[in-house]
Amino acid sequence: MEVYLDHAATTWCYKSVQDMVVRTMMEDYGNPSSMHRKGVAAEAYVKKARGIVARQLKVREKEIFFTSGGTESNNLALAGAAWANRRQGNRILFSALEHAAVKEPMKRLKEQGYETVEIPVDRQGVLSLEALREALTPETILVSVMYVNNEVGSVQPIEEIGALIRENAPGALFHVDAIQALGKYKIHPARMGIDLLSASGHKIHGPKGVGFLYIREQAKIQPQILGGGQQSGMRSGTDNVPGIAGLGAAVEEVYRDLEKRVDHMYHIKELLTAGLNRLGETEKVVIHGMSLRAGAPHIVNVSFPGIRSEVLLHALEDRGIYVSAGSACSTHKRQKNTTLAAMGVDQAQRESAIRFSFCEETTEDEIRYCLQELERSVPMLKRYARR
Amino acid sequence: MQYRAFLIKYAEIALKGKNRYLFENALVDQIRRALKNVEGDLRVRKEQGRIYVECHSDTYDYEECLQALGWVFGIVGICPVVILEDNGFEELTKDVLRYMEEAYPGCSLTFKVNARRARKAYPLQSMEINARLGEAILDAFPGMGVDVHHPQLLLNVEVREKIYVYSQEIPGLGGMPAGCNGKAMLLLSGGIDSPVAGYMISRRGVSIEAVYFHAPPYTSERARQKVVDLATQVSAYCGPVRLHVVNFTDIQLYIYDQCPHDELTIHMRRYMMRIAEHFAVEDGCQGLVTGESIGQVASQTMQSLTATNQVCTLPVYRPLIAFDKQDIIEIAQKIGTYETSVLPFEDCCTIFVAKHPVTKPSLKSIERSEQRLKEKIDDLVAQAIETTEIVMVGM
Repeated sequence: MEVYLDHAATTWCYKSVQDMVVRTMMEDYGNPSSMHRKGVAAEAYVKKARGIVARQLKVREKEIFFTSGGTESNNLALAGAAWANRRQGNRILFSALEHAAVKEPMKRLKEQGYETVEIPVDRQGVLSLEALREALTPETILVSVMYVNNEVGSVQPIEEIGALIRENAPGALFHVDAIQALGKYKIHPARMGIDLLSASGHKIHGPKGVGFLYIREQAKIQPQILGGGQQSGMRSGTDNVPGIAGLGAAVEEVYRDLEKRVDHMYHIKELLTAGLNRLGETEKVVIHGMSLRAGAPHIVNVSFPGIRSEVLLHALEDRGIYVSAGSACSTHKRQKNTTLAAMGVDQAQRESAIRFSFCEETTEDEIRYCLQELERSVPMLKRYARR
Repeated sequence: MQYRAFLIKYAEIALKGKNRYLFENALVDQIRRALKNVEGDLRVRKEQGRIYVECHSDTYDYEECLQALGWVFGIVGICPVVILEDNGFEELTKDVLRYMEEAYPGCSLTFKVNARRARKAYPLQSMEINARLGEAILDAFPGMGVDVHHPQLLLNVEVREKIYVYSQEIPGLGGMPAGCNGKAMLLLSGGIDSPVAGYMISRRGVSIEAVYFHAPPYTSERARQKVVDLATQVSAYCGPVRLHVVNFTDIQLYIYDQCPHDELTIHMRRYMMRIAEHFAVEDGCQGLVTGESIGQVASQTMQSLTATNQVCTLPVYRPLIAFDKQDIIEIAQKIGTYETSVLPFEDCCTIFVAKHPVTKPSLKSIERSEQRLKEKIDDLVAQAIETTEIVMVGM
């Protein structure tokens, strides 16, 4: 049996996405910047996708800019906001839970002379609003907060944070990394006080290598990629038409029956959590993050102290079950699991953390099989811990 | 003037007696293999104790060709050669002067002309060619001086069908051509040392097979891929490598259950040696090769080496035995395996390693604890051998 439980890393594409990608590669392959009708035909796909995204977020079409993915969106938002607003101040805040695609640009900005301040999170992985209020000063030009954390699935009170920023630092831009939130929550940037919002295609059954950044019309952003002036000069480079068209199709489909899909994922999450708790009666099992319904519907992060994440991961892989150790993006570097560390989780638990993540089509049978294999391999692997 | 050929210099092969042609043929084969993917019609020719690589197409990639020859064991030096048509001695003099001007513009060096008349019908004798060309050079380049004993520049002029002129020698890897000195089984881990050991032994003309022990789920698919990559990198020097991938998990867990923990590594290594030797014998290898170096880790003290060595009857070659780690790293960097070796994937030697492993195991106590494995170990070893997967790399 093959059970893919790593949907937060990436997932399969919708059929509608595949059709879009194939059509824009094979038939309507024109360059949207060309003046002839081949170009016009291709441009229509980009327009359509932009329309779908804008309608979903309830924003204007001209506020949507397509990028090469979540990482580029984050980079453009942060560096772009910092450089365009450097006369207003140089203080930038970000949460301790951010992905490397935010933390690394922050490091760069710090080297370039910006004052970057990390806001701590609590044991559940939720930003401290009190600490944020204190850190917000008139010099603050930018605040970056992740909507749903990719490792533990904790969800931030985005609306409250937005209100807090408007109240205490009205000049600051609010950037939200919504890469794990898109397709799981209804996101309306204008209502939530969001100025910049990053998203990615492949987490919502769209293609890899495409994403978008929402930039509120009034927000000042300095473009980072210069060239032919595509997308109003905000992001030069020939439009990735297959990617963009596929992304549009994915957004459209993922938000159709959103409640039903999310309910199903919570149901799966409940099933897995209950099974893990049952395993916890005989083995040491620690589930991280917020309470079940408060956290994201698709992520469960759990430690089996005494078994290194990598070993359990490969043991499950051997049984056809694919999971992730902490975060898929950080396995190449032997770094501490940064989100768990920020939450104050001790080293033994960090080194043994496994992330299960689902999609709308994850079945009860798959979860039962996974639990059965965990019950089999956890006690066995624990016997052979390094002494 | 374009270099249209390379004279390949080799040292030790020339010393061999009646076997010499075997070594030369092996070298020619290896040169052909190295040049297979280089752009241009490059032909390798063996002639009167010399090996030439000649270009028969209008264009070829000089740099790429030099680089490819730089990977071949057995080559001591590579001399880029200019080939001239024989249009009489006067023309030759002009061409040689032009060669000097292009190769050594504005240089003041001591030199010597070394002519060789392979075509005896040529009107001038070698000594005459030497003298006349020397004179012409002295006249044309006032900065140059003759030194027949220790010249800084040795200008070779070989008169054959055409005339070959060369004076530069680019150092090669040395050693002996791959495959001319038998075959050995390399114990390849994912570390820095074992690929270097493989490189060094194959530099002596030994073909390499390899064995890798993996321990899923304790080691990952990526760790295995890393070893395949390392074997591929080494195969660029030594030719195709037959890599045996042995699943070692059950043996390892059984040892873990039965033996004292501070001896784990020693027992593991003894079984690795036994399995490696099994494949070595099966495939007709004449020895085992490891990357061990005295005292580097607990399992590489003199006592530990004795304990692991004891289980083999084939000789175990350890080319790095007296090398410092830094020296090994430098070779790894030179041969291009270092970057891969340092990728952070756990290998099966480090997974169960005890916090304080024995450094001076006594053979007696190792043999005593090995008795505890009696019940199942032979079956487990047989099973590991049976399930071993063969990966061919560098084809």
